[in-house]
Amino acid sequence: MDKKRRKFLKMAGATVLAGISAPTIVKLSSNHAVAASGGDHAAPAAAHGEADAHHGEEQSSGVQLGMVIDMRKFYDDELLLDKAIAACHKVHNVPDIPERKSEIKWIWKTGYHNAFPDHSHNLRSQTIENSPFPVLCNHCENPSCVKACPTKATFKHEKNGIVSMDYHRCIGCRFCMAACPYGARSFNWQDPRPFIKEYNLQFPTRGRGVVEKCNFCSERLALGLEPACVEACKGSGAIVFGDLNDPHSEVREVLNKEFTIQRKPAAGTRPSVFYIV
Amino acid sequence: MYNKGLIVSGLVIFVLLVTFPIWFNGLDAGPLPKPELPPNGTKECVAPAAEMRAKHMQLLNEWRDDVIRNSNREKIVVAGVEYGKGLQLACMECHSNKEKFCDSCHDYAAVQPTCWECHITPTEAAKKEAQ
Repeated sequence: MDKKRRKFLKMAGATVLAGISAPTIVKLSSNHAVAASGGDHAAPAAAHGEADAHHGEEQSSGVQLGMVIDMRKFYDDELLLDKAIAACHKVHNVPDIPERKSEIKWIWKTGYHNAFPDHSHNLRSQTIENSPFPVLCNHCENPSCVKACPTKATFKHEKNGIVSMDYHRCIGCRFCMAACPYGARSFNWQDPRPFIKEYNLQFPTRGRGVVEKCNFCSERLALGLEPACVEACKGSGAIVFGDLNDPHSEVREVLNKEFTIQRKPAAGTRPSVFYIV
Repeated sequence: MYNKGLIVSGLVIFVLLVTFPIWFNGLDAGPLPKPELPPNGTKECVAPAAEMRAKHMQLLNEWRDDVIRNSNREKIVVAGVEYGKGLQLACMECHSNKEKFCDSCHDYAAVQPTCWECHITPTEAAKKEAQ
């Protein structure tokens, strides 16, 4: 009996020791493997550090759609902006809710000091002071809304850089609305359908409890059309649309030639909508 | 066995209660739904009827992911006619009466898909026009 107990205690002790030390041994041996191939890993790590250093100016590769809004055209023609807004809201079944707290906006008007708080100062020209500025989702290169979304309902398209929404997946948490520095997102507090005057049957409406925003007319681009707002301003050249990463595109030509500003560049989101003021 | 009578009669009552919906309707599942065939006379769907009946929800999910996530809006050609991927763009083109087509089976199977909270049915569009 005594002998058996002695043997049992020995066995138990050895087992406990093995159990405790096994993870450490595994970890140590795998560390050796990493150290052995360390030479290969060092180079990409350095490259990463470099990319981080240039965070502000780094240009993405691939297509990044964007637009330049020439405000000089809008100062002269007051109805042009209304036309662009109406065109957008009609094709996307955007409701017209009079109550400001629950209004839905894809593209809308705001004052200069609201659109460009970073560029405001106290002695602005009368034209700038009194003109409405068109604002919309900036389809940022580094979108904060995408990072905030817990369900990946909002995401950045790899093919064209559009910040898109999957309304099927939106749970209405509104984190994206808090994350967006531009207020470009609206929440459906109620069923929007009674507030839509005329349906576009090629496009759905949204339901109660989802967030919505401008989609850069993804559905129209697929058909080879321009975004609705761009088309509404056709002929005036007020809005130029195209690939920001293509050095020969029309947008880039305008960007090369003119002095443009972005909304809240300090937010670090790298907006794709530029303004000539 | 102790309390034999109590247990057996209890079990019988339990089974009867659980199977209430079956025997109450006289072992009959009710008239099978007859979804309306496309009013515009189209005969061919994007997949055979049996497959559509069983898997239309998966197909719609695939289309949704293709269109929204992968920007793959490739048209679907059925018997020479092009359809866009989408409930409104493809399905409702032929099955234009949601109440007589979709609802007939959904009501029978007691499922409530949320498609039409956002997607517009022809009936809904007509209602809007009448206003």
